[in-house]
Amino acid sequence: MTATARAMTAEAPAGAPLAVALDDISISFAIKGRPVFKAVAPTSLHVNEGEFVAIVGPTGCGKSTLLNATAGLLAPAGGTVSIFGEPLVGLNARAGYLFQQDALMPWKTALDNVAIALEIGGLRRLEAQTQAREWLKRVGLARFTERYPHELSGGQRKRVALAQMLIRQPKILLMDEPFGPLDAQTRQIMGTLLLRLWAQDRKAVLFVTHDLEEAIALSDRVVIMSAGPEARIIGDYPIDLARPRDAAEIRLDPRFHALHRTIWNQLKAEVAKTYGDELAAEEVSS
Amino acid sequence: MKLHPARLLFLQVLVAVAALAIWHIGATVPIGGDYLLPEFFFSKPWDVLARVVELFVSGTIWKHLWITLTETVLAFLIGSIGGVVIGFWFARKPVVAAVFDPYVKMVNALPRVVLAPIFMLWLGLGIWSKVALGVTLVFFIVFFNVYQGVKEVSPVVLANARMMGMNERQLFRNVYWPSAMSWMFSSLHTAVGFALVGAVVGEYLGSSAGLGYLIHQAEGVFDVTGVFAGMFILAAFVLVIDWVVTRVEKRLLVWRPQAASEQN
Repeated sequence: MTATARAMTAEAPAGAPLAVALDDISISFAIKGRPVFKAVAPTSLHVNEGEFVAIVGPTGCGKSTLLNATAGLLAPAGGTVSIFGEPLVGLNARAGYLFQQDALMPWKTALDNVAIALEIGGLRRLEAQTQAREWLKRVGLARFTERYPHELSGGQRKRVALAQMLIRQPKILLMDEPFGPLDAQTRQIMGTLLLRLWAQDRKAVLFVTHDLEEAIALSDRVVIMSAGPEARIIGDYPIDLARPRDAAEIRLDPRFHALHRTIWNQLKAEVAKTYGDELAAEEVSS
Repeated sequence: MKLHPARLLFLQVLVAVAALAIWHIGATVPIGGDYLLPEFFFSKPWDVLARVVELFVSGTIWKHLWITLTETVLAFLIGSIGGVVIGFWFARKPVVAAVFDPYVKMVNALPRVVLAPIFMLWLGLGIWSKVALGVTLVFFIVFFNVYQGVKEVSPVVLANARMMGMNERQLFRNVYWPSAMSWMFSSLHTAVGFALVGAVVGEYLGSSAGLGYLIHQAEGVFDVTGVFAGMFILAAFVLVIDWVVTRVEKRLLVWRPQAASEQN
């Protein structure tokens, strides 16, 4: 376990602070009337500036919890969260967050949903809207600016959310299974779109998913989490596929298959643990 | 199965014609020496129509309509503002909400009509006792909806707004307020309806003007024609108000999925 407890870091340029440094983070939930639930055991994760890191693990393993701790939405029970070398206090102002669920304000049009991200920073409405229009064009929604969220498809809503996050130019992008609710084709299209937008200025990305293929297709590094409770990071694989990539076509690459096989060998044991436990529990109760 | 609009209209008119015909025949044609709907108790359709026209032509009705409308609008506005303010306050301060909870429930459980005599004593026979009665009805509807609207803001939308960097004031303007308003507007029909109920019931129990007063006066002298005329004017008045509310609602809730309201 000593090997996995160690911080896993790709070679960082000397001196440059890490975009995200989670050191010996542990996360617990206190639910009334039950023993404290230790979701994440002390574990560490480092993300370099400009690095795209995907966290993969079985459902319920605490991937999102780790992300929320990085966002400052959740206080860890132990350990430290550092953003660009500074300890995180309160919400992470340098991070943008893309949620799995719909997070757009349903009472605002696509344009207003994106523009508000700048308006709250004090930018004048007209200027914010001009920039928002530009961003909606970039995500392929130039013709849908006046639509309300309920008038858009799931994929279109995600594009608006993506524009809403990126328009603030956050230094760190946190994504919690953002394309989870979408169908397979839309997911790949969204993945390619994300890579194209990301390639323009390469922010640090922490991308949570349960889809290993998606993780390999998008990221520079895939990190595996063990099954919960007391989940930890148990594997760290650099993805040496050439960029720029197409999230759909890269899946045909032989190197992709080799990586997938290697990582899946470790991941499937963890997935089996989660389901194995549940099945065993069901047998006992019935 | 969907009816053709013209056919639907025809059938709707048919219902009115049939009802009026039964009324007319019952009141004017003796069956076995007896009237089915004696004129003294049921009046006659033609007389009622004549009375309605007379009320409008002579212009006496306008004053009463104006009074009732004023009371309704005032009750709605004051009740809504109170409901929004208190609703927000309670939703954002759970301790306050917990302390006042039994009292809110107690007052809301009270049938409001019993308050009318108290309001008459306190505020006199003018419009304000009617406004007060309407306010007690409107307030609770708006209050509960605003409270719910603030409480039920999606945690994801809220977290997203926070991550965007919104401060408390901006959260209020962009998240809590629109959510609360959407809940309030969804109860707009009920709230306006209750404002009107408050006004008319108040007038009926003691006043010197308004549609409720008109009906009460006619009833006092066994003027059934007058009672029916007042009722028809009141019904038409409610329909007009409801139409206005629907227009307002459509405009304000343009962002909401239409599926639910299309069935109307």
